[in-house]
Amino acid sequence: MTILVIAEHDNVALKSATLNTLAAAQQIGGDIELLVAGYNCQAVADAAAAIPAVTKVLLADNAAYEHELAENMSKLIVALVSGHSHILAPATTNGKNYLPRVAALLDVNQLSDVTAVESADTFQRPIYAGNAIATVKTDDVVKLLTIRGTAFDAVVAEGGSAAIEAVSEVCDNSNVRFVKEELAKSDRPELTTASVVVAGGRGMGNTENFDMLYGLADKMGAAVGASRAAVDAGFVPNDLQVGQTGKVVAPDLYIAVGISGAIQHLAGMKDSKVIVAINKDEEAPIFSVADYGLVADLFEALPELSAQI
Amino acid sequence: MKILVPVKRVIDYNVKVRVKSDNSDVDLANVKMAMNPFCEIAVEQAVRLKEAGIASEVIVVSMGDKSCQEQIRTALALGADRGIQVETETAPDSLSAAKLLKALVQEEQPQLVIMGKQSIDTDNNQTGQMLAALLDYPQGTFVSEMSVENDKVQITREIDGGLQTLELDLPAIVTVDLRLNDPRYASLPNIMKAKRKPLAVKTPADLGVELNNKVTLVAVNPPAERQAGVKVASVSELVDKLKNEAKVL
Repeated sequence: MTILVIAEHDNVALKSATLNTLAAAQQIGGDIELLVAGYNCQAVADAAAAIPAVTKVLLADNAAYEHELAENMSKLIVALVSGHSHILAPATTNGKNYLPRVAALLDVNQLSDVTAVESADTFQRPIYAGNAIATVKTDDVVKLLTIRGTAFDAVVAEGGSAAIEAVSEVCDNSNVRFVKEELAKSDRPELTTASVVVAGGRGMGNTENFDMLYGLADKMGAAVGASRAAVDAGFVPNDLQVGQTGKVVAPDLYIAVGISGAIQHLAGMKDSKVIVAINKDEEAPIFSVADYGLVADLFEALPELSAQI
Repeated sequence: MKILVPVKRVIDYNVKVRVKSDNSDVDLANVKMAMNPFCEIAVEQAVRLKEAGIASEVIVVSMGDKSCQEQIRTALALGADRGIQVETETAPDSLSAAKLLKALVQEEQPQLVIMGKQSIDTDNNQTGQMLAALLDYPQGTFVSEMSVENDKVQITREIDGGLQTLELDLPAIVTVDLRLNDPRYASLPNIMKAKRKPLAVKTPADLGVELNNKVTLVAVNPPAERQAGVKVASVSELVDKLKNEAKVL
């Protein structure tokens, strides 16, 4: 049994979601091949080859894959599927974009956001915004899964020396063109992998007040997140959104400030190890999942917290 | 140009989901149902394109038993022109839905299919991508901005690191994210008018599609409950607990 895992990267560095996805592949069992598809991404392939869990790295280095457009990625993956029992991708916006396309081309279904491996054909995944956990069995000839990174501990990244095999297949659709990308630049840790996340909600009031949160985050080496309400209100960019339709996080410590705790938000953070809630409304639902709740005005509590940490 | 908008009947956004005691599925008996929120945004976008003179007709389609006609009527009340119900016993899986939609696209020849990025019941986030693959159309997923010009659509996608803008040749598939627009409410006169708009019923056999799902639902369980912890009285007490009890500082 050979599993094909699709690497998440930005042509420069391998993203940690790949390591979580490899962990899920290890639980299924068998040889693991890792596809690095990108442009000028030899460094990523080298990093991939160093992962002990990887048997072989497939490197498709071509301008057609620079932005991982789903149209091109899906055809490439279909061309490589022969001999593989499973295809796994991280449940990132990339994986969610191209893998269903692969599934349709192969005439199979896909299991999205898998959180547990029961056997080679039976998996668990959240449904209804995480309010229920479905156990599903697939009899498809090739099993396609996107993996929720926070549900699997990353595999070791160093110490291996897998062979790198070049893939010459070029799939370049002419009906889609990349225009631009606006990526948030930040020295803070990545939201989905940070060990501490400080998140703000509608209670923060405005963009300027979020500076207090950034200040606290920088003191703690934390990532900053936000509720959908704060994003919709325009306080912060969309890539900070934590929740069912945003990012799912599970840090060691999650500090929710001015977040009421809508079910959609809880779905994105309730697997955090320790949850702190600061909210002036003592009836706020966030307190029902918080290990430590502080009923207080955040504009008083935040500076105090920053001073004491 | 025509726009096709698939909509799904799902449990109402505000209803708390309960798992059946035999763990076979979630309990949807006597539960309020509604149009999937992402589908509402898709309908709104299509109607706006019609109001802007870009689209000539908005066709809305739903799959399931007769009850999903309710969601089709809602979309018609919001401004769609006609509806198609594909009669199936239960809501089909993503791949079957994509195959049914492909057949409808081939019949209706819309230039754009606008649909929700995912439904809030199964949370799959697949059907749009699958449909695009089956048709070999370009796709714009998780879209928060779009503009149609001549035979192209420029879309901005919400991706993990920020935003990505792509240009797609029409025909294309667009799946919408939350921030694309704020859907309107249907007015009473429009609700009345919607009752007289055409609604066709088709079967998968009419569309030449055989439903075949190799994924079986083994069990459904409630998630591990998280217990509420303690309330602390001050920031100092909080910091003390985080340092000495939880040991996360």
